[in-house]
Amino acid sequence: MSPAKSRVPAIEGWFTLDADAPALLGSRCASCGTFTFPKETVFCRNPACSGTEFADTELSRTGRVWSYTNACYQPPKPYVAADPYVPFSLAAVELTPEQMVVMGQVATGVTVDDLSVGCEVELVLETLYEDDDHEYLVWRWRPTGPAPDDRRTPAHPGAGHIPAADGEGGGSRA
Amino acid sequence: MPESKKVAVLGAGMHPWGKWGRNFVEYGLAAARDALADAGVAWTDVGFVSGADTIRNGYPGFVSGATFAQALGWTGARVASSYAACASGAQAINAARAQILAGLCDVALVVGADTTPRGFFAPVGGDRTDDPDWLRFHLLGATNPTYFALYARRRMELYGATEEDFAAVKVKNARHGLANPNARYRKEVTVAEVLASPMVADPLRLLEICATSDGGAALVLTSMEYARRHGPSGPLTTVDAVSTVTPRYPQTVIEMPNFATDSAAAAAAEGPTFKQSVAQAAYEEAGIGPDDLDLAEVYDLSSALELDWYEDIGLCKEGEAERLLRDGDTALGGRVPVNPSGGLSSFGEAIPAQAIAQVCEVVWQLRGQATGRQVEAAAVGITANQGLFGHGSSVIVSR
Repeated sequence: MSPAKSRVPAIEGWFTLDADAPALLGSRCASCGTFTFPKETVFCRNPACSGTEFADTELSRTGRVWSYTNACYQPPKPYVAADPYVPFSLAAVELTPEQMVVMGQVATGVTVDDLSVGCEVELVLETLYEDDDHEYLVWRWRPTGPAPDDRRTPAHPGAGHIPAADGEGGGSRA
Repeated sequence: MPESKKVAVLGAGMHPWGKWGRNFVEYGLAAARDALADAGVAWTDVGFVSGADTIRNGYPGFVSGATFAQALGWTGARVASSYAACASGAQAINAARAQILAGLCDVALVVGADTTPRGFFAPVGGDRTDDPDWLRFHLLGATNPTYFALYARRRMELYGATEEDFAAVKVKNARHGLANPNARYRKEVTVAEVLASPMVADPLRLLEICATSDGGAALVLTSMEYARRHGPSGPLTTVDAVSTVTPRYPQTVIEMPNFATDSAAAAAAEGPTFKQSVAQAAYEEAGIGPDDLDLAEVYDLSSALELDWYEDIGLCKEGEAERLLRDGDTALGGRVPVNPSGGLSSFGEAIPAQAIAQVCEVVWQLRGQATGRQVEAAAVGITANQGLFGHGSSVIVSR
């Protein structure tokens, strides 16, 4: 029996490894308060600010889809694709407190049919790729609301969707 | 506008767009000789060579100005090489224009050419974990069409654009490109054919995303005084504006190759978007507005992006691009034809040559030499383009 592979981030320092409630790690300028993702560590990007000190900050775990798409064809390297290739979806997500939009792949199995502009998503960690020793983790966005299927058939146990409980306000954008 | 801010376009030349995989220098050289012949200017009279770089062809591509100068035969001309992603060609034009307007040279040759690999553009090689262009492929599998598709979906959501609208842009541009001898694709398509092509990045399909191409384009730019002495009699074709502005903070539209937008938490997002500001700066410099245009060449990296440009260059208000398209305003014979050359849709993208090629098309249109795709009595045209890392450009040409 082979030992379980260790789970490591695909990139160091971009997100927390909290399995239940992971968060992206951005930075916040100590002078002007602006957020940056990935982290800014040297000079503030706000032209009106000369800040050089930044606090690591966990970005909001939930947001609303600004737009979305998918990757029907295998992206070129350095993307490490499964063989055979499995298409995936991507979303650009608006984070209200930070007033910024952050990209991410969408959780495994979620298709563009499950997404809409304005729908709420939350951050999860999933395996991006693996080798003999490690699973490399990356952040992904997963819809929090009921899936379209669930809306059609309210009783749909076992779909594995997490109910919207983050309190960022409900309803899709007008 | 004052003549002291204008430069003359004496020559325009191209090597046709295609996919041959030959050395990019060959395409650039053919375009340069074509432009010099068109201008009636000897290579030995060129005082400044302005190259637009390619990053996929090794060292000669990084020093393209010198590469082209050597290939044409060293003459001691001054040289510069520009890289600005998709806007590289416009940067090269602007470098030449600045030399001429500063009185440092009379005649400049601008050249851009590329040889491209098949398939999606990938980042340049090596493991570069601090390069967002490398990381977006590695961590997200986000190709260029990923970003185009995000904009397209957003248009559908905000303005009610349909897949048929996006397909109609492709149909229009394919028709425009039919008679263009430099276009790579010269074949009419129907909306049904576009919608039957494979989905690449939902909602964008294969026929709606521009290919990567080989090609070369060149311009001979001169001072107004030189053009009067050595150029043809009659009205001169002039470059009246070259805008290469950067975005303003906070840039709140997600842009290649970034993972996130700027935050608007500390500084409010005000004023025009980046793409709007690119065109506005050109209008301001030329002292004209969108109503003065006879045609536009815009960067249709995807069919849907062309609709964004209608609004960004001020042909209509936000949300009205679909109406403009459906009314035929942007087709040949319409109020202000867009991409009469056939656009990137018919050419594919040869990155450093593309912004130069856009200007070549406007020049030929203003001279009445755009056989089979001529915009009647064209006197003013604009080009617009956007690349990665906050690069964009817009050039205004008049006659």
